[in-house]
Amino acid sequence: MRERLELWSAGIPFKVKLGMVWGVIALIVVFLFSLADFDVQWMLDHLWFITQGLPWTIIICGLAIILAVTLALFGALGRLSSSAIAQGVTGFYTSFFRGTPLIVQMFLIFLALPQLAPPNLPGLRDSLTLTALQAGVIALGLNYGAYMTEIFRAGIQSVGHGQVEAAEALGMTYRQRMRRIVLPQAIRVIIPPTGNEFIAMLKDSALISLLGSVVAQMEIFRRSQLVGRADFRPLEAFVVAAGLYWILTTIFQIFQTRLERRLSKGYVRTTIRVTTQPGVEMVESEPA
Amino acid sequence: MTEPVVRVSQLRKSFGDNEVLKGIDLDVTRGEVVVIFGRSGSGKSTLLRCINFLEEPTSGSVEVGGIRLEPGTRTHRQREAIRSVRIKAGMVFQDFNLFPHLTVLQNVVEAPVTVKGQDRAHAVEVAEELLAQVGLADKRDEHPIRLSGGQKQRVAIARALAMEPEVMMFDEPTSALDPELISEVLSVMRSLATETKMTMMVVTHEMGFAREVATTMAFVHEGNIVEKGSPASVIANPQHAQTKRFLEAVL
Repeated sequence: MRERLELWSAGIPFKVKLGMVWGVIALIVVFLFSLADFDVQWMLDHLWFITQGLPWTIIICGLAIILAVTLALFGALGRLSSSAIAQGVTGFYTSFFRGTPLIVQMFLIFLALPQLAPPNLPGLRDSLTLTALQAGVIALGLNYGAYMTEIFRAGIQSVGHGQVEAAEALGMTYRQRMRRIVLPQAIRVIIPPTGNEFIAMLKDSALISLLGSVVAQMEIFRRSQLVGRADFRPLEAFVVAAGLYWILTTIFQIFQTRLERRLSKGYVRTTIRVTTQPGVEMVESEPA
Repeated sequence: MTEPVVRVSQLRKSFGDNEVLKGIDLDVTRGEVVVIFGRSGSGKSTLLRCINFLEEPTSGSVEVGGIRLEPGTRTHRQREAIRSVRIKAGMVFQDFNLFPHLTVLQNVVEAPVTVKGQDRAHAVEVAEELLAQVGLADKRDEHPIRLSGGQKQRVAIARALAMEPEVMMFDEPTSALDPELISEVLSVMRSLATETKMTMMVVTHEMGFAREVATTMAFVHEGNIVEKGSPASVIANPQHAQTKRFLEAVL
């Protein structure tokens, strides 16, 4: 009996089996939701409202990742620098933002920052008073920048010392060396983990909803909270939100895989370019 | 007597307690080809690396093309002086150190454009000539990964030549190569010496090349140049016991 089962299983392609497993999991999930008195119609009715948060989630994370990458670049250069000022400032930065919770940083920037302005300067206080969205973007950027500093540092250090010496021997300045030789090579190492950070950030952007935000600028999670509470349908609302986040991260995962493949150019020798010379015919053959 | 292109005076270099160079004096005049040889660990590579300050000497001075460098705090002025020396002294490394993210042509064009601010079109023209000179004109658009070791080293030579250096320094240029690829690199170096009359400092174990191409041979032993002279006299009639022993081992 066991023997027959094993033989039968071996005859099915692995991918088909994998698909079947996913299918079974999906069925179980649907069954459990049907037990929980799930209002599918409500979900469909409010899908559009929650989906309208999607652009805001993307804008928040787009801006925050730009800030984070900039900070991480200078952070990494500072950490690797021989200057006491650069090392001190970047060391403090990464220590603080990696050592405190993101949500605390968000509230500090949102609530505490305006209080730094002296009372006799109301103009300064106004400009330090940020919207939830602005505070969220800045906090996400600062926090992820601190983590990504280590990623950038590792990437820069992954470029062999021989490369730095060759550039130095040609008379390049520090700046030229970094821009023309080291960073272009480090990028290859930096991109994959940075993509992961971006995907993590898409999810962490939901924390901004805790700061509250004006109706026009609400991201996915804030919108789902709002309608879910209003109609006493929190489960349905959050399932929609979870689905949207999941779709979003999956799409970016696909983009990232493609980008990594493109970046490997110049490092893999596996693709043999077939050059046809006059009179010489070359045939590409599959490896046996 | 012409002014030397390279002048090394009382050069000392220690790594921790280990003194690798113990007061080297060496002048290299224009057109001279100095082969520096000796056992591994004798300090010959360190000597080259101290000349362009890839290693900072502990004391003494080097002078390249009239610019004098001494060890000391890296102020802005000091850094700029080091850069001028590096522009005047081209260097070829044992393990090539080509830039893998750039094509062969881009490797050669990079420094003239970035460092010297040359017009790119002009730099490309020069680079193509140099690649033809080292026999690699057809590889201009390849990435280094697709080249053999010998081809990589020839590109590295072209890359250094593109800066129009006053002296070329070769740090064991054939030591990382498979035996059958050594001759193609040596022949490029030979024509550089005999046809272009390039001033060269070559750290190598290739005694055949030294005998044929060198104008001067310097034997380094335990951080000192213990013997120096024409290849004929040094190889045929070594004066120092250590030179004799070394030559017996490699010839």
